[in-house]
This record gives sequence, structure tokens and C-alpha cells, in this order.
Amino acid sequence: MSLVHEIDYGTPASKSEKLVSLTIDGMSVTVPEGTSIMRAAMELGNQIPKLCATDMLESFGSCRLCLIEIEGRNGTPASCTTPVAEGIVVKTQTERLKQIRKGVMELYISDHPLDCLTCSANGDCELQDMAGVVGLRDVRYGYEGENHTKLGKDESNPYFTYEQSKCIVCNRCVRACEEVQGTFALTISGRGFGSRVSPGMDEPFLTSECVSCGACVQACPTATLNEKAMYDIGTPEHSVVTTCAYCGVGCTFKAEMRGDELVRMVPYKDGKANRGHSCVKGRFAYGYAAHQDRILKPMIRSSIHEPWKEVTYEEAIAYAASEFKRIQEKYGKRAVGGITSSRCTNEETYLVQKLIRGGFGNNNVDTCARVCHSPTGYGLSQTYGTSAGTQDFDSVEETDVVLIIGANPTDGHPVFGSRLKKRLREGAKLIVVDPRRTDIVRSPHIEASYHLPLKPGTNVAIVTALAHVVVTEGLVNEQFVRERCDWDEFQDWAAFVADERHSPEAVEKYTGVDPALVRGAARLYATGGNGSIYYGLGVTEHSQGSTTVMAIANLAMATGNVGRNGVGVNPLRGQNNVQGSCDMGSFPHELPGYRHVSDDATRSTFEALWGVPLDDEPGLRIPNMFDAAVDGTFKGLYVQGEDILQSDPDTKHVSAGLAGLECLIVQDLFLNETANYAHIFLPGCSFLEKDGTFTNAERRIQRIRKVMAPKNGYADWEVTQLLANALGFPMTYTHPSQIMDEIAALTPTFTGVNYAKLDELGSVQWPCNDEAPEGTPIMHIGGFVRGKGKFVLTEYVPTDEKTGPRFPLLLTTGRILSQYNVGAQTRRTANVAWHPEDVLEIHAHDAENRGIRDGDFVKLDSRAGSTSLKAVISDRVAPGVVYTTFHHPVTQANVVTTDYSDWATNCPEYKVTAVQVSPSNGPTQWQEDYENLSRTSRRIAAEAAE
Amino acid sequence: MSHSTAEKLVYMANQIATAFSAQKHAEAVEATRIHIQKFWDPRMRSKIAEHIAHGGEGLSPIAKEALEGLQAAKAA
Ligand code: SF4
Ligand code: SF4
Ligand code: SF4
Ligand code: FES
Repeated sequence: MSLVHEIDYGTPASKSEKLVSLTIDGMSVTVPEGTSIMRAAMELGNQIPKLCATDMLESFGSCRLCLIEIEGRNGTPASCTTPVAEGIVVKTQTERLKQIRKGVMELYISDHPLDCLTCSANGDCELQDMAGVVGLRDVRYGYEGENHTKLGKDESNPYFTYEQSKCIVCNRCVRACEEVQGTFALTISGRGFGSRVSPGMDEPFLTSECVSCGACVQACPTATLNEKAMYDIGTPEHSVVTTCAYCGVGCTFKAEMRGDELVRMVPYKDGKANRGHSCVKGRFAYGYAAHQDRILKPMIRSSIHEPWKEVTYEEAIAYAASEFKRIQEKYGKRAVGGITSSRCTNEETYLVQKLIRGGFGNNNVDTCARVCHSPTGYGLSQTYGTSAGTQDFDSVEETDVVLIIGANPTDGHPVFGSRLKKRLREGAKLIVVDPRRTDIVRSPHIEASYHLPLKPGTNVAIVTALAHVVVTEGLVNEQFVRERCDWDEFQDWAAFVADERHSPEAVEKYTGVDPALVRGAARLYATGGNGSIYYGLGVTEHSQGSTTVMAIANLAMATGNVGRNGVGVNPLRGQNNVQGSCDMGSFPHELPGYRHVSDDATRSTFEALWGVPLDDEPGLRIPNMFDAAVDGTFKGLYVQGEDILQSDPDTKHVSAGLAGLECLIVQDLFLNETANYAHIFLPGCSFLEKDGTFTNAERRIQRIRKVMAPKNGYADWEVTQLLANALGFPMTYTHPSQIMDEIAALTPTFTGVNYAKLDELGSVQWPCNDEAPEGTPIMHIGGFVRGKGKFVLTEYVPTDEKTGPRFPLLLTTGRILSQYNVGAQTRRTANVAWHPEDVLEIHAHDAENRGIRDGDFVKLDSRAGSTSLKAVISDRVAPGVVYTTFHHPVTQANVVTTDYSDWATNCPEYKVTAVQVSPSNGPTQWQEDYENLSRTSRRIAAEAAE
Repeated sequence: MSHSTAEKLVYMANQIATAFSAQKHAEAVEATRIHIQKFWDPRMRSKIAEHIAHGGEGLSPIAKEALEGLQAAKAA
């Protein structure tokens, strides 16, 4: 194995369809119009020396190293900024050019510390390479004059250093921060000889606007911006292409290794979701995999009040199997179930649901997608016929108007957020529907045309009001609707939304949004060209989550914004494999490929291959499992890679349910919160230690590849297989590719998927089958999957979670960039530098009324429970609304969230809880009791003496 | 919301019925019935059937009519 080297063409590819032919160094080449001469030369394999150019960035033309000669033209133009022209004859290497380049390099080197041998970038430095390339052998100027070689280092960022003395002021970092990341954190301060790169107002990186995405580190040709791991470990010697295991964007990385030690994760330019970009989580926050808290041996105990006892896999698995058998004998077949993880691979999720359906003999399988995007599955399958988003991420490059509802892409889906911002800087218009003024509403060089700051819980009212404007102002795309949708249903719907009670003026009393803004936004979306909708958990996590998804689908159909590039309905999925876990049959009513368990024909294909009869009744969803556990009819649960106690709402009810279980098996990297109630702990395996696939929010199936042996001995799928075998349901896979072959054999939308194809193409988007052998980037082209698009009536029903005198404020929850969900991984990395604790954002007006100052400890009460945390006064939230995140277990934000849920899917209503906030001096009783329980429950018995 | 399972199921059934209530009555009843048939596990359906047998207190008219047409759950 060796390092995967990607070619740097120096400047980005041109999108022109017109071709131009020219001659470079005697060879002829044909490239799209607008291509730089530098890139055209590289297409021929002819690398022109360069320092300030790189193909992730627009050319800049500052270093003067890339000069060329063109026959018949004067001078020596820079090849990075000079476009090709028909018939020109270019020379990249002449005596004159050699002399100029040497001179340029000499100047650079004379102001550069010559500590190459001990430099962290030794062997990975473009300056060093270029010195060799131009044949620089000595420097005439010496180091006596004024230079920068003694400048200090900024080590404030936990992951990379800024060593000013090595900077050649090529501007690549500044441009990367602007063009790729869109944060504009860096500038060149000073002039001429005094010019230096500086974050913000000459601040350290950590406290500046920098979000630590790593784009500047990636772009820097020298060791000036360099990963700290390169200092500590040394340069990598081989690399493996794999996929980030954090969010639903699904960025592709090269895991660069030295032996079996991971040196760094480098975003891969060929990654179709990220196109060479990354965020702080995927780029840097992988240290959790080697964290001391990781549990590497199986453990059991007969009661949660006892300490854990380390045992062998054989013992743990035998104990688990005997407990599940005992429970089923005593309480019936349907008294046990399992939960699959959106963090695990498709193959692993598939295997867990197979074990439950085939081995346990029931359909009590659910997944964490229940608590995030289950309404997406329901809503989009009802209206369009597929439980997935309609576009690929590239589609954003063709959009003209972006409508974002209940999503915070710059924090939740950072790399997509950067791609979106790029398009907005190019001139696309933006509408944001969100109770908070999220970053995207106003950020450097971006200003939303409309921000509709609605009251939490009124999405259906606002989206139906947008539709009202579209219908009553004659903005419907009638041709599209007549061709592709059910016309009768459309007419019923149009009459429904046209009713005066759905007008922006009439709904203002619920939404609190100025009707003029709603009208303006609707007109812009309907008439501004390609209109695309991106939405997130702010849509789904409501008692009307499914209704909002359908309202969004209606709006896109009515305006003809489905079925081509640049438009569509795009759910921004939370976890890396939410889409995949749903596809793989993790829902209690559906087999893989979204087919209902009562469908005899589908069931029989599974029965034939699996060799067991399958239950035709739907199983329990996660909240129903807790209810049944409290009722005493549900007694055994196998949870793979999910922390339901921390992530699910109404913690007290969840813990009562878990306490009612006779056998809880938790398989995870860490003793998570759920494990406090577990009897069997099976160690999990990180994404670096196994093979498999994840499916991102674009339906893109991508490989993850093993770069080191599992620290816990087995990949997660192998442990599931051991459990299945112990239960008498034989499984004999030797590699995850065999599991994918089985998935393909049973699932019509996956029939063309296999590891060989994924290796060849890099990734494919399902459906991938005979009709679409290379996958389907954009869905519903020419017609909807379900046949005719279905318009659904979307009546606004206010949530029953209402404010009143006792609980006058509305709490809404969300996430921030540096932390990931329950934080089990990111809390165990240096990312805590940016978010050491959860805080409550409260408007100054509400804080003042309550005598609360910025930074005070406050108590947060709801009908469900209370917790305490620090308050931060913020004008991002409106008066009457408070906001927090749920990344830290001590905060236990879900102690206060209620068990209200979406009517169709039981997806919890995290986004609306009526609360009161009051000053407090410390943790609540619940927090203290829970802290005690966690401490006692996490004890591990000392190993018996040999 | 109450924590007794029967009351919770009544709440859920009403929520489903309300979501379909913008449709014509017969369609709303049918949609509610199909939804519950498709998504509720047998023990939930048996429990609500028992509740109906005892008068179905608290159920909205659409929910009640839908549940009266529900198929009995099959044993495991
Ligand atoms: S790490 Fe990212 S955000 Fe920070 S300065 Fe570099 S490019 Fe900008
Ligand atoms: S820090 Fe690196 S990328 Fe930025 S100007 Fe200096 S050498 Fe160029
Ligand atoms: S955007 Fe998501 S997938 Fe990409 S690096 Fe960040 S966390 Fe990973
Ligand atoms: S690479 Fe062309 S001027 Fe620097």
C-alpha cells in the first residue's frame, strides 16, 4: 500500500461545453474553453512549477513561478491565470523561464527557515518540492537581511499550528477560507514585506471566527499551517479512502496512516458529496476511537446495582442468548426486540434487523431515525413514492432560490453548508424559515432575502400559507401539475389552501410572522427560477412533523420544482447512516426497501432466503417499546450503537422503561448512559476498524474501509452474527460484501449494488438496478416513483404542548458545529475546546424579567422534569423562546422534553416544550441522583487474582 | 399527557384522526383505520380494542369509527 496521491491541476475545471485545442511543449491537447494553460498542461501530465495555485481555488497569480511563453505573444504570462486559446503554441520550459523561476525561488528561500530536515512537513512541502523542481542549488542573498524567520507560533487551535516564520504569503489559506469554507476568518494584514496571514483581528485561531474546518491547512503549501499530528507522529506512508462517520453529508476522506496509527484525515477531492472539503468533526475529531474510556472487553452482570464483570465473548454471548430465550419462553415471542444504529454500517443494520425478524421471530426493530427523520420517510413516500430526498448535493450549484426550513446547515451539515454558501455568493436567493436567526441568515457576503422567524410548532401553518399565496396569486405551474400529479387531488388541495383561513394574514396569530414577508417569500420561491427546499429536524421533530413534510412536498409540486437539477425536496439527515438504516429495514412495519411486513409476496422472498417464517404483524416503535416495558409486556432489548437514554425525550419515562427490562444488551464504544441500565455490554468497533457502507442524505452508498484491526477484537456485524448463531439462527458471513450481496438480492432498489461496483465508481446513489446501473442522482425525472404525485391536505393542528402561566416560554433544541448529537464521540476529543457545556440561550427581555444575568446558572422546568445549566443572553432567539443543545449528559436536556410526538410516526416533539426558567444555584435533585446512579452503575469489578 | 397506556393510545388515535380530518368523513375514517392497522403492534391494537369494548371513552368520532373497523391482531 502507498499514499493515494491526487493530481493537483492547479486551477478548477471549466464547466464549458465548447472545446479548444492548443499545443503545449509540442504536444496537442483539447480542453474546455476557460481552462487555464496550467491545467491544460497538467492534463498532458506536464506539471508547471507553481506555489500560489491549487485546483480547489480560483487562480490568483501572485507567486510568478508558473510563467510560460506563448509563441507570437510578448512577455511571460502566468499559466494559472491565462486561459487557453485556439491554436496557441505554449512553451513551459525555456532558458529564460528557468532563470526567472530560479530567481523567484531564491527570494522565497532566502526568507524561509532552512530547517527542512526537522520540519513537520518534510517530504510534504510544495516549497521544498519547487526548490528541487526549478533546480535551486544555492541562495545568493544570505540571511543577514531583514526576514521573518524568527516569528512565533500560534498553537491555540487544538488540531493545527500556525508557524508564521514559514509563511510565503501565497494567500491560499485566505482564499480557501473564503471560497471553499465561506467563513472569511483570515486576512492578510500589513503591506509589502510586513504582510502576514492573520485570523480575525490579529487574534489567536481558537478565539477567532475560524471554525477549524481545515481547508486552509489543506491549501497551505508549506508547514505554516500544519496538523499537530504531523509533529507528533511524522508524515504518513500509506492511505486508504473511506467515509466520515459523523453526519449525513458523508464526506470522503483519505485516512493517512503510519503503520496502524492514523496520522490525519484528508478530505478527498473525488468525494462526490464533499468535493475535497471537510468540517472540524470529520477532519480532526477522530481521537475518540483511541480514547481511554473505550471498553474493549465484553462485560455482564445480573443486576444493574452490581458492578460489571469482564468476561470472554463466548460467555457474554451465551448469557445473552440464554436470557433472551428465557424471556421469550416466559413472556412470549414478542417480549423482546432490538434497536439498530444510524451510526453503524448498512450491513450491520441489516444484520440486526435480520436477527430480530428471523432470530427473535418478531418485528420489534426500530432505529434512532425514529427520533429524527421518520416523518421524512412517511411524508415523502405518501406524496412522491420514495422515502428519501430527491437530489444530489451537486444540484445546489444549479439552484436559484433556496428555501431552508428548520435546518441549520452551517452547524449541522457544515460541508453542505459551505457548498450552499458558495452558491449564495454567486447570486442565488435565500429564504429561511426558522425561529432562530441562524448563521446562514446573515453571514459574510450572505444575506437572506427573507427570514420568517416563526413561533416553534407552527411550520404547517406557515408552509400552507406559502401554498395559499402560490395558489391564490396564480403562481401554480399548471403544466407540471397536469402532467405529473393527480389533477383531482390537486384541485381539492388548491381549494383547501386557497381558503382564507390559510392566508398569511389569518395565520399570523399562530406564527407571529409578518404576512408581507410570507407573501414575498412565496413569490420569490415560485417565480425566482429553480427553487429548492432543504429542511432538517426543525421540520420533523414536531407533533405535525409528517404533515409539514407533506406540505413541503405539495409546495414543490405546485411550483413544478421537482424532477430536475437545481430544485427538489432535500431532507438534511442527521447521522451518517440515517438514510441507510431506514433503507435496510430498521422500521418495525417495513422490510428492507420499505415494504410492509404484511405483504405476503415480499415476506416470502425473505423467508425463502433466510429459511424461517416471518411475523406479518408490525412491531413496536421505540416509544411504544418503553410504554410496553413499563406495562410489563416487553422485557428484553438489544441496542446497537445508540444511546436512547440520552437521546430520547422524557428521560424519566425512558429510564422507567429501561429499568423494567430483565435483559438489556448494549453494544457500544463506551459505557454510554443507556448502559447504566444494561446487563450485558458488548464492545463496539469504530468506523476505522471495519469494512462496510454508509448511505448519506443524497441516497449515496459509500464504502468505509478498515484501516486498523478492531481494538475490541470484532467488527460490530461479527458480534451480531455470534449472537444470532447462539440463538440458533445461523449466520456464516465472512465479509460484509456478502451481506451487501444478500441485500441486493432481496431489495429491488439495490439490485445493482456490490462492492466491486462501489470500488470502481467510488459511490452510487440508489435506486441502482437494471434500469439505472450507475445509480440515480436525481429522482422523479419525467414522473413520480408512485405514478402521479399526490397532493395531501395539511390542516394546521396546534401542538398540545402549550405555554401558560406556569410554563410561559417555549424551549427549542438544536446542535452546534463542533459537537455531534449526544456527544459520546466529540466530547472525547479536543472539540470540547469550542463547546465545553450546553447552555441556554435566552432573550435579554426574558432574562431581565427573571433577574438572570449572562453566565448565571438557571433552572429549566417543564411538565416532564427539570434540569439546570448556564444561561447565555442572546438576540438570536425571539422573546418568549429559549434554546439549548443536548450534547452533554450532565445537562440532560431531555429530562425536560415531553413525550408528545408526531401523529404518524411517533417522532418526538423535541422542538417545542413549554418551560419556565428561574435563577438557580446548582444542579437539580434529578441531576444529582442521576450522577450517583451513573457512578455506581459504571463500576467494573477488579479482575480476580490469577 | 397521561402515562397510562390506554389513555396514551386514545391520545394517539385521536391525533391520527385529527390529521386526516380535513378529508371527507368516510375517507378520514378509512385513512385512520389503515394507518393504525399498518403501524400499531398487536398488543397496542388489542388494548385499544378492549377500550372500545368498554365504550371507547375519550375517542373522537373519526377515531372511534375507524377503530371499530380494525382487524383483530394475530397471535405471535
Ligand atoms: S480552519 Fe477553516 S475556518 Fe478556520 S481559518 Fe482555516 S479555512 Fe478558515
Ligand atoms: S499560511 Fe500557508 S497558505 Fe497561507 S499564505 Fe502562508 S504559506 Fe500561503
Ligand atoms: S460535514 Fe459531516 S460528513 Fe463531512 S466531515 Fe463534517 S461531520 Fe463528516
Ligand atoms: S502559480 Fe501561477 S502565479 Fe502562482
